[in-house]
Parts: sequence; structure tokens; C-alpha cells
Amino acid sequence: MNQPVTVPAGMTASNRAGGERLARFRRGAEAVAIPLLALLISAGLFSIFLLILGKSPVQFYSLIWLGGFGTPFSWSNTLLRAAPLMFAALAVAIPARLGLTMIGGEGALVLGGFAAAAVAVPMIGTTNPLVMHALMLMVAMAAGAFWIGLAGGLRYYRGVNETISTLLLSYIAIAIMNFFVEGALRDPADPNKPSTKTMLPETMIGKIPGIDVHWGLAAAVLTCLLLYVLMQRTTYGFACRIAGGNPRAALAQGLPVGKLIVSAAMIAGICAGLAGYFEVAAVHGKANASLAAGYGFTGILVAFLARHNPLAIIPVAILFGGIAAAGGIIQRRMGLPDASVLLLQGLTVLVLLASETLYGRFRLFNPTIRTERT
Amino acid sequence: MSATSAPRAIGLEAIGMRKVFGSLVALDDVSLKVPAGSFHALLGENGAGKSTLVKCIMGFYQPDAGQVLVDGRERAIRNPKEAAEAGIGMVYQHFTLVPSLTGAENLVISRPQGKMIIRWAEENAALAAFLDRMPFRAPLDRPVALLSAGEKQKLEILKQLYLDQRFIILDEPTSVLTPGEADEVLGLLRDMTRRGEVTVLMITHKFREVTAFADDLTVLRKGAFAGNGVVKNTSVESMSSMMIGDTPIRERADRVAHQNKPVVLDIAGVFADADDGRPAIEAINLKIRAGEIVGIAGVSGNGQSALVEVLSGQRPMRLGQLAIHGEDYLPNRASMARLKVFGLPEEPLKNATVPRMSVAENMAFRSFDRPPIASLKWWLSPAPMRKQAEELIAKYRVKTPSPDAPIAALSGGNVQRSVLARELSGDVDVLIVANPCFGLDFASVAEIRAQIMDQRNRGAAVLLVSEDLDEILSLSDRVAVMSGGQITYVEEIGKTDRATIGAHMAGGGH
Repeated sequence: MNQPVTVPAGMTASNRAGGERLARFRRGAEAVAIPLLALLISAGLFSIFLLILGKSPVQFYSLIWLGGFGTPFSWSNTLLRAAPLMFAALAVAIPARLGLTMIGGEGALVLGGFAAAAVAVPMIGTTNPLVMHALMLMVAMAAGAFWIGLAGGLRYYRGVNETISTLLLSYIAIAIMNFFVEGALRDPADPNKPSTKTMLPETMIGKIPGIDVHWGLAAAVLTCLLLYVLMQRTTYGFACRIAGGNPRAALAQGLPVGKLIVSAAMIAGICAGLAGYFEVAAVHGKANASLAAGYGFTGILVAFLARHNPLAIIPVAILFGGIAAAGGIIQRRMGLPDASVLLLQGLTVLVLLASETLYGRFRLFNPTIRTERT
Repeated sequence: MSATSAPRAIGLEAIGMRKVFGSLVALDDVSLKVPAGSFHALLGENGAGKSTLVKCIMGFYQPDAGQVLVDGRERAIRNPKEAAEAGIGMVYQHFTLVPSLTGAENLVISRPQGKMIIRWAEENAALAAFLDRMPFRAPLDRPVALLSAGEKQKLEILKQLYLDQRFIILDEPTSVLTPGEADEVLGLLRDMTRRGEVTVLMITHKFREVTAFADDLTVLRKGAFAGNGVVKNTSVESMSSMMIGDTPIRERADRVAHQNKPVVLDIAGVFADADDGRPAIEAINLKIRAGEIVGIAGVSGNGQSALVEVLSGQRPMRLGQLAIHGEDYLPNRASMARLKVFGLPEEPLKNATVPRMSVAENMAFRSFDRPPIASLKWWLSPAPMRKQAEELIAKYRVKTPSPDAPIAALSGGNVQRSVLARELSGDVDVLIVANPCFGLDFASVAEIRAQIMDQRNRGAAVLLVSEDLDEILSLSDRVAVMSGGQITYVEEIGKTDRATIGAHMAGGGH
């Protein structure tokens, strides 16, 4: 069956390898160029909105630069926000590899953070901080894994739409936290808003030496790298990609599609739970309504902009951390409400979803485009 | 019915058609003449340009050069609507009826001028009168989803006639029909052409249909005109040489005689439900021996696909037992690997691949979790995966720009070959095959059938589900017929014939 090769083998092999590298490079360039284009278009649309309000778009974007990336102080503000965004984006990106649109990161983050704070309450000031943190970490991850894993199980075994169930479960999670924080677990010593008992500052997670950001950022970057390796270079990730790309084919290959779906959902929940743990153990020291700060929802946007690639999540999360960090300065200097940044984010989601249809359309990136004929 | 009151067939001629997609010349100076009232066959391999030509005629594509003459007059057809106005209608390979609507509703909504109010009493009377004029009928009162493939195909043709399209293009119309249904539908259409009521242009690559029904034929090869002629003066050999040129076709593998081989696959009392909870298959019992092909014939939708899904793990079994080599078999990955169970599902791009993953990745679906691709059970190495793909691509002659190209970019035959390479390159004890040649060209069909026969000769137990009775008759050692979710007939291939099998397929035959 082997046909003799008539062209000198070395020639064709090297040409082919070169061509493949080029084709791979072009596909990679497409995955960068199209989201960038979407970002630019949404920035343009937002400029129109600013002009209608009589504000200067130039001032707006230079303030974003200044507030997000211009000074060491703004950088640490940005990175502080980027850490939970990375975790929250992973909570969307991993199920997306299985073809699932799960948007419940906010709820799993809140529940994970609350679980960590709740388990810490009786140990504050009495137990070895290492033991306390180990326990907090475990319950945060377990709570997140249970919450999103539940949506995965409902999806596979009962056919419940995972987007709807994760969204609704988010509200339930936030309500559960509020129920306890305003009731049984409320710290009577705290005069401000209802919160659990605050951790001692010296037992909280510290800062990474040299920068003014807690260790959660390092953990988030490391998790992105680990999950990239998990999805790209392990049999588990490969099986997930088969099951996500074509569940029927995955079943015919004997793959346990249900287990893959539930486990990927649990990994997503663990990521969101980790975000909650660091918010409690490194930022707030307690659980209260500020845990539901919208990181889970912005994380959806980050994941989509990163095309669900865990590596790409790192820079995109930093970008969005910067935009969020600049919210305050924009409010002060331009008299725009804080929510105007949310408007920019919302526009970006819409343009980004619309730009999905552009993939494979440009000959620049897809030299082999041709119309099918039969 | 008087011939004068009925709309008359129209003739069509395409001259010097040329269509270029980027750097690819899909059609190069192709001409085709179909006189009014004739039955014309358009032959060619996959990718020969048949569909491109027809899409140019239908106005889906604008040809870069060439003209279309309708009844001898030049007519510019800029879109499918103008084709319909010119009286040209097309029946697609895949059904375009709305499954949840009844036949009558489908016919009524297909009219170009929709009315604000539909008076069903009038419409039904008009439809009944229309059906009386037609040589065949299809049930109009049931949702299309409940119709058999043959009934749907008839309804598609009725729709074109209802819309007064008198030049009907059929795109591989029989690929979804049983032989009986195919002969019936094509025979009725031929009778209509004889009476001058319609003109038919049929895309096909089945020679049997050409010789039995067509008057003239045109052959395309690689986008160019390769020959034409009158069917009764053209031999099958010359048709095939026009069609495939000098492409070598693999000889059919001979059947090696086996005697008293042990039972490998034992299907005992298997029940399974359809997606809506109704029983799909009931009490299926079948034993397949080593070195034996058991062909399952049946009209599509009688439980064959549910049986294949149960065996390949895509559908849970409600009751029953599967055993291979006397050992219980559950269709999970570990058992499939240990008992060497493989499958060639129908429509491989849809059922056996992940279209956006690369050819190399798709070829590794069976082997990715075993050495050499996997080490330490978890770690995946791309280099051995790519090497395996390069070997399989060479061995199975898969035409792909690169092992890294997404498999969706390949032609149908090459997708099937990639799946074949993945499933058949190792030791196979049990092979589950469903409609392996559906929609493939002549050379691929011969090769795939030869591969299946090879596996049988090497001692695999093969279950072959096919809607193509010729395929079952040429490959099987035993034939089973499924009807209403049950196996109603099993016989050695030498002791049965087409008519007996056909009668059992239709649900009777006692």
C-alpha cells in the first residue's frame, strides 16, 4: 500500500516542516489578532459614548493607563485585582474545554471564601496559623468543587442547562453567605457591615517580597501554568478535548464522559474557591458582602478574551485588573460614575461574542481557505 | 389526466461553465445538455465538481464564465429564487423538510408567496387533488419526523412537483433509501419523464441506477468534462474509466473459508430505549463467530442505529448481556482495549472525530492513553503521536496537507480513511460497522470494503449494519433483518436472496 515517494525526501520534508511552522504561526496570530481587534472596536464604541457625554476619550484612556499601569502603586492595585480574576477566568475556561459554558465563578468564589472564613472563626488566635490555613484552603476548595461540580452532575445526569444552573447557583451561594454572616456567624464586635470574625493581621497571607501584592498572585499564575499543562500535555486533558469536541465520538472511544464533565466542573470550582480563599485570607481577613465584588463575572470576560487558554488568561487578567484599578481615578478626575468601567466591559463582551464569527475568514491567517465542493 | 393540462417538462443546457474558488478551479469549461423529458445522470467522484456545477445552475454560485439555457433561451439565474421561477427545483441529499410539521404543512409553507391566512380546508382539498394527479404519494397528515427516509424522499420530490418545478435535480437521492424504495422512486420519476411531465438530472455514483433509469449521462472528473453518452450504448467499464481515470482501484479481498470458528460476540436479550423513552430495540439475540461478517439489513430507523450505539457505548442498555470470548463486555475504554473492540460508525466526521482537532490527534483517540504516546499513565507526548500519524497517513494513503491540519479540512473519503487507520491498524477481534461507505466515492468504497473483508479473514467478528443491501450481500456471511426494533430473520448468505430479505425488511415475509 505504500506508494514510492518520487520527490527527494529531504527536500519535501524540510519544506513541509517550514510550511507547517508558518501555518501554526498564522493560526496563533489569528487567535491574538481577532481578540485585539475586538478590544479596539469596543474601545472605539465606548469613545462614542464618552463623546456623547461630552468627555474626552483621550483623557479616559490615558487615565486607565495611569490608574492601571502608570506607577508602581497602580501596578500593585492592578495585580491585586488580577489574581482573583485569573482564578475566576480558569473557572470558566476549564469547563469550556468540555464544551460547557459555566458562569458560576462568582458564587463558588463567595462560597469558598465564606467556607474558609467560617472554618477559621473558632481557630482565630488559638490554633497554629499553618493548621488554620491548611484547613481554610481545603474547605474553600471543597466548597467550590462541590458547588460547580453539582452543576456538572446536573448537566450530565439530568440534562440541566449548565449556564442557567451555574448562574442560579451563584445567587444561592451569595444568599447562603449573607444568611450566616448576618445571622449565626456575625461578629458582634464588628460595628461596621455584617462580617464574620476578623483574622489576626499577623496570621494573614503575606506579600510577595519586592512587590506590594499578596502570594495569591503567585498561586494564580502557577495554577494557570499547571492547568495549561493539564489540558495540553496529559491524557486527562486530551480526553477532555475529545469529550468537549464531540461527546458521541468520546463515548464510542469508551471515554467516561460523565466523569470528565463532573471532574472538569470540580476543577473549575476549586479555582473559584481558591480565589475566595485568597480574598479572605490575604485581603479582607473575614467574609462579608464585599466578597461578591464581581470578580466571578469579570472572569467570564477574561476567559472568553483569552479564548479559554489558561496561559493567555494571565495577561488578559492583568489588563482587566488594570481597567478595574483605574475605576477610582476615573471617577475622581472625570466625574464619571464607577459603573462606566462596567459599561466598557459589557461592550467588550458583546463585541467579543460577535467577533467569534470572524475565525477562519481571513486569508492572511488561513492560507488554505477554499470553498468545499463535492 | 390529460397531458396538455399538466405543466410540461423543460430542457436545460449549460455551456462552458467555469467556477474558480481562490486558487482552485472547481469547474473548468464544463458543458451539459439535458433535453426536455429526459432522465440525465451526472456522474463523478467526490470533488469532481458535480455539486459545484449544479449549484451554479441553481444560482447558489455565480459562474465565472458560461451560460445557462432554459428551453433553448439564455437565462441569467442569480439566486435560487430565480431558479425556482425558471422551473428548476432541487432535491438535496440531506432532507430540507421541517421535521416537526406534517407533510401537508411542509408543502404549503414551501410556496414562495406565503399567505397571511391559510385556509386548511381549501389547502387540503387542493393537496388531495394534486396527489390524485401524481403517480406516487406520501403521507401528508403525519409530522415529517415520523416518516421513513423513503417517504421523506418522496415528499421532497412531491414538493418540487407541487411547486411546479419541471426540471428536477436530484443530489444522490438514493443514499438514504432501501433498494426497493430507490427503485420505486426512480422508476416513478422515469415514468414521468417518459410522459414528458418532468426532466430529471440526477447526481450519482451508483452505476446500477444509471443503467437502470437514465437515458443519457455526463461524467465529470477533477472539475472538467470527462465524457458523455447515451446510457444504453455505454458500458459500465467505460463509465467507470471516465469517472476515475487511471486511479488504481484496490482489488476486492477474497473471502477466506472458515469453519467452526468459536463465537466471539454474543448479544443476549438486549433491550434499549430511544431518546424519548420508547423502546428502540427489544430482545436482540445474535452470536457472531470469529471470521464472520453478519450483515444487518433493514429500513433505516428500525433499531439498527440503537443496536450499534449500545455496542459502542453511546446508548445505555436497559436489559440484556453482552459477552466477548465468553467474558462479560461493558462498552468502556478498558474493556474495549482488552477485548479489542473497534468500530467504524456512519458519517465519521460527525460520529468518530473531533472536527477541530488535528488529523494526528484524531488518529490517536485509541492510543493516546497507552505507551508510547502516554508515559506514567498521565503524561502525553506529541512526538510519538505525530510519528504514529505520519505512519498511518502513509499506510492508508490519507490525503492531508499535514498531520496538524484540522480533520474537518479533509474530504469525506479521507476522513473515513483516517478513522479506518485509527480503528483497524491494530489487532481487531470485534468490529462494529455502520454504513461505512455512505456518501463516499467509488475508489474509497472499494478500499473500505476490502479492509472490512481483510479484518474478517484475519478472524475478526464483524457486525455490519448497512442501508445498502448490495453492500450486505457482497460482504456478509450471514444476513439478519431488523424490523420494528427486533431481529426478524437470520439466514446464511447462500440460502437467501434479495427478494426474501426485502420482504422481511418491509415487515412481512412469512
